[in-house]
Amino acid sequence: MSSFQEIEIILARQLSEYLTLAIFIVDPDGNLIFYNEPAEAILGARYEETGPMSASTWASIFQPVDPDGRPLDPDSLPLIIALTTQRPAHSKFWIRSLDRKSRQIEVFAIPLQAQANRFVGAIAMFWEQEA
Amino acid sequence: MKVTLWGTRGSIASPGPDTVRYGGNTSCVSVEGREGSMLVLDAGTGIRLLGQQLPDNMTTVHLLLTHLHMDHLQGLPFFAPLRRPGVRIHIWGPPSTTRNLRLRVLRYLSPPLFPVSLRELSNNLQFHELPAGPVDIGEFKVKAQLVIHPNPTIGYRIECGNTSAVYLPDHEPALGTHTFPVSKEWTSGYRLAEGADVLIHDAQYTEEEYPFRAGFGHSSIRQAFKFGKLVEAKQFIPFHHDPAHGDVLIDEMIRQAVEEEDPAFEVTPGQEGLVVDLNPQDAEDCKKPES
Repeated sequence: MSSFQEIEIILARQLSEYLTLAIFIVDPDGNLIFYNEPAEAILGARYEETGPMSASTWASIFQPVDPDGRPLDPDSLPLIIALTTQRPAHSKFWIRSLDRKSRQIEVFAIPLQAQANRFVGAIAMFWEQEA
Repeated sequence: MKVTLWGTRGSIASPGPDTVRYGGNTSCVSVEGREGSMLVLDAGTGIRLLGQQLPDNMTTVHLLLTHLHMDHLQGLPFFAPLRRPGVRIHIWGPPSTTRNLRLRVLRYLSPPLFPVSLRELSNNLQFHELPAGPVDIGEFKVKAQLVIHPNPTIGYRIECGNTSAVYLPDHEPALGTHTFPVSKEWTSGYRLAEGADVLIHDAQYTEEEYPFRAGFGHSSIRQAFKFGKLVEAKQFIPFHHDPAHGDVLIDEMIRQAVEEEDPAFEVTPGQEGLVVDLNPQDAEDCKKPES
């Protein structure tokens, strides 16, 4: 995982730290490099505890499932779609948080396409749905 | 590598009796190599003085713009080599998602903002957008990186042999942080400035002024010192002085920052005319301007 962040990623993190919206930031390889406090509440663990995660880890650790409880293909997750197609993506699904609670979330992910034709990663914004 | 400050002021030129020592001209710095290569950093009003002193036989000039705010561009039409036949001028600057660099520079250098268009001044201009990878210019290796400042803005690291000079005249790495500095990995400009032999950095505000100007894209002097400590610069030059700050206040700001931050680096006040020789042949490595 790259350790030094691009300026757009730094600014995205700074903005996320001031919002009540849950935000998840990944680098161009899909490595999770930050999530904010509202995201910690939904994901069930503090970022300081989990630290960065590879794409394969975060795409499976939260055990995403469809409304019928069937496991979702990681490639169908909005953030993976945003990374691989470099287009925005949206979806609703269930996850099992790290505090072992099931939560329905709605996710909107966008690629971070920066100036000078640089692709610097993607961010996902998500909301917990009322049961 | 010899670094000369031709303009040190931020925002707007501010000549007058209160700014005689630090100078009233806006940002411009030259970097000379041992083999005669020269880079010009920014085209604030200080570039006019530099242009008058460049040798007549100079055929190529590389001008590296950090961004296109007026205090970094206003001197360009008064840069003498622009009017000399046969002089090729390369202008490097930040990218944009809309207009290319030439068109953005032309927004200022054309009527009604300026009476003469760039085309009339010189037909020997070449524009290059950064950042890309490192670029070799003469004996220099130039690295550029986007940094925190409104509108696309880049900082420069210039390496020549074993020495490095880093130029971050407009930079607000503390923007949005709860405490500054944060970790190296998440600090704007860190990679560029790491271990710089000389760091020329924005130090525009007092600590009292900064909260009222957060987001304008500049640092307080203490933030600038903290950044210098984080990157472990060897020599630090506070730069881009606020136009409302006179010599006495800037002296006091630097004195207080040194006292409170106790940096390991050498602090050299960023005064117009300052020359720093990073490969001195004699023992005198920093020539202060004659007052």
